[in-house]
Amino acid sequence: MACQGLQKGETLESLKRESETLKKKLEEERNKLNDVELHQVAEKVEVLSALSIKTRRVLKGHGNKVLCMDWCKDKRRMVSSSQDGKVIVWDAFTLNKEHGVPLPCTWVLACAYAPLRSLCLIMNGYLGLDNKCSVIPLSLDKNENLAAKKKSVAMHTNYVSGCSFTNSDMQLLTSSGDGTCALWDVESGQLLQSFHGHTADVLSLDLAPSETGNTFVSGGCDMKANVWDMRSGQNIQSFESHESDINCVKYYPSGDAFASASDDATCRFYDLRADREVAVYQKDSIIFGASTCDFSLSGRLLFAGYNDYTINVWDVLKGTRATILFGHENRVSRVRVSPDGTALGSASWDSTLRVSWSFSTGSNYIFRFIKLLFWVNSRLVLEFTVAF
Amino acid sequence: MTINTLAKGGCHREQMACFRKMEKVIVAMQDPDMGMKMRNQRLLITVIPHAMTGHDIITWLTHKYRISEEEALHLGNMLVKYGYIYPLKEPRCLVLRPDESPYRFQTPYFWTSTRWPASELDYAIYLAKKNIRKQGELMEYEKERYSLLHKRINHTWDFVVMQAREQLRSSKQRRKADRIVLECQEQAYWLINRPPCIVHIQHSSSCLCLQIEACRKALGRNRVKSSICLEGFLKYSEQYLNHDPIMQGCLPSNPWISDDTAHWTMNAEIVPVPTRLRVERWSFSFTELLNDAMGRKEFMTYLEKEFSAENLYFWQACEDIRHGENSKIVEKVEDVYKNFLAPGAARWVNIDSKTMDKTLEGIKRPHRFVMDDAQMHIYFLMKKDSYPRYLKSDLYKNMLAKAIVPQETKKSVFPFMRRQRHSSPSPAQTATQAQQLVWCYGLSPACCEYP
Repeated sequence: MACQGLQKGETLESLKRESETLKKKLEEERNKLNDVELHQVAEKVEVLSALSIKTRRVLKGHGNKVLCMDWCKDKRRMVSSSQDGKVIVWDAFTLNKEHGVPLPCTWVLACAYAPLRSLCLIMNGYLGLDNKCSVIPLSLDKNENLAAKKKSVAMHTNYVSGCSFTNSDMQLLTSSGDGTCALWDVESGQLLQSFHGHTADVLSLDLAPSETGNTFVSGGCDMKANVWDMRSGQNIQSFESHESDINCVKYYPSGDAFASASDDATCRFYDLRADREVAVYQKDSIIFGASTCDFSLSGRLLFAGYNDYTINVWDVLKGTRATILFGHENRVSRVRVSPDGTALGSASWDSTLRVSWSFSTGSNYIFRFIKLLFWVNSRLVLEFTVAF
Repeated sequence: MTINTLAKGGCHREQMACFRKMEKVIVAMQDPDMGMKMRNQRLLITVIPHAMTGHDIITWLTHKYRISEEEALHLGNMLVKYGYIYPLKEPRCLVLRPDESPYRFQTPYFWTSTRWPASELDYAIYLAKKNIRKQGELMEYEKERYSLLHKRINHTWDFVVMQAREQLRSSKQRRKADRIVLECQEQAYWLINRPPCIVHIQHSSSCLCLQIEACRKALGRNRVKSSICLEGFLKYSEQYLNHDPIMQGCLPSNPWISDDTAHWTMNAEIVPVPTRLRVERWSFSFTELLNDAMGRKEFMTYLEKEFSAENLYFWQACEDIRHGENSKIVEKVEDVYKNFLAPGAARWVNIDSKTMDKTLEGIKRPHRFVMDDAQMHIYFLMKKDSYPRYLKSDLYKNMLAKAIVPQETKKSVFPFMRRQRHSSPSPAQTATQAQQLVWCYGLSPACCEYP
């Protein structure tokens, strides 16, 4: 159907009406196969035992808001980018800073690790200067001037909001404030495919972990989450149930579903085969928008970072909140579970990064009990020594 | 949230939906029946009416939203921080104290949402005035906005009407000439700040056309019943439960807790003996097996025995084309044709004739996805045939039996003795090792990861 301007007999009003009727019909079709809700099916699943997730590492070193972070495949290193214009590679395990790359533009909105040769990707955005995406090869020589080896790959007409390498270091997917996503060849900087369909800024994207590895999902300020085919550039599926900007989208580990975090203070779970939203994670006491989300390895837990400085942990199947993490002193800009699922990394506008993990296994309780006994004992000894 | 404040078409975007939500909380707190009990608070010698204590606020929040005290304190702090509740003692310290410190509600006129961006409340008052002055004086777009505002700031609507009436009354006391001038100025101000553009500006005809087309396509889509899809999630979570360290912990211990990197060493890319959990994971799905370098190596060994290893080599080569550099595509496609597809090729793969013809046709103009159909065919061939047989084979069963189950580390009795945390080799260094792996095992670069 050619859409060059209005056809004869059509007005903007009639098109709007047609669009509304079709949307209603689509909702009806989707509801026809809706024979059960997720929390009903999940009733037979065991309730989660009380999760004890604590923050134990704080990475300090940035001078301003940390806007993004990503884990390296070696499960202990992470890269973070900040408004102070620096990108730092940390060994989160030893708290060492390994590389620091200063950049000319301060709005480094996102960064990501490449699968193979630890190419660190940085996003330069906005302020009218730089709507580009660059790639930097990390090398052994710590003294090497890495900023000089920066290579510009992607270019948009508005700020670049998110980026992701595809299965190799050779291709890059970007999402932008100009309402499009694009696929680039890293080596030549050439645009391979562009994806049009969002009617406002695209804020986030995620690649599908499926067998064929051909699709990705994007979420934007038009409150829509779209699933795209990387080969053809077509919009395969679209979901429009959020009430405000979608800040982050993330696939469920099996690739059959994805979650989205939005400014309307909810996270939602969409099933791709059933083609509809199957769960909404919300609570009356959660007022501020969610800016980021990620699944645990098994997909049972959804970690979401909010603008009220907290991280809420949701039970994906039952739809309830498992626990809440405090600690950050400003907005949480990014949460990511480490590649082997052992820890949760979070970046915040309070200029720190934190690593948290779970102390939930049974034997740990015994350990903590013994630790407590020793502590009590040592305190008593101290009291006595002081008294005498 | 985006850093662009103007939407396409020039309308101001609605920022901060959280302010409306906070206002809902505040209104609920002031509800005469279910809201908070107000009392007169004593501040030194003055008695302040309609005040409440910090402790009361927290109790009310805990009760109403069924949350813990820590969370209620956090939420209350936000309300104070954004000015909806202010402290009477120490007014400059915007913190909620869970004790007898007195607090009061802020008047709606000073609510944050009404002050930023260009005040909705003022616009509402202006439209209300216009409406009251003469019925039907509002224009189409103004009527639309009026009803929208009425819905949005419903909780302060009495205030809006009252203010409008007040302003109208005081303007009547002015001279007619002055009154007309002021009216014109006001009208001009609002014409600039709330221009009469169409509210949903993005619904231009081409956008609508695209939406209509997308809807039509979506209507024809195949969908799966919910009960089946949702069962899938339950099964997946259950299957991977033991592999999720946050849920079940990991053996020998979580490196982050114990400062012992044994877990990472044992699960490195290539180890002499893999762990049992890892080998079990290969049986979950074909992708799990292929994504694990060791699993792939094992599978290759099995295929060699079955004389069908060319399938896996072909699949890897196709992956390389799909994800590799643009400049090398032509060369790689040539190689693949020579090694796998040409008649009499060294590693000829068995593809059905239709796919073969299509692929050979596509090779004449090689592009990144030219091998996709053939690759898909071989992938599903391996998945349906070789993979299930591999799982039943002696090779796999021996692997499973040999696999180690790490002992859970005995926690040291003296918990204060910390282990030294050692750095691991930089990933960039191991990248060169990965290159060697590519040469040794014929593995595709995409699957090489770090130890």
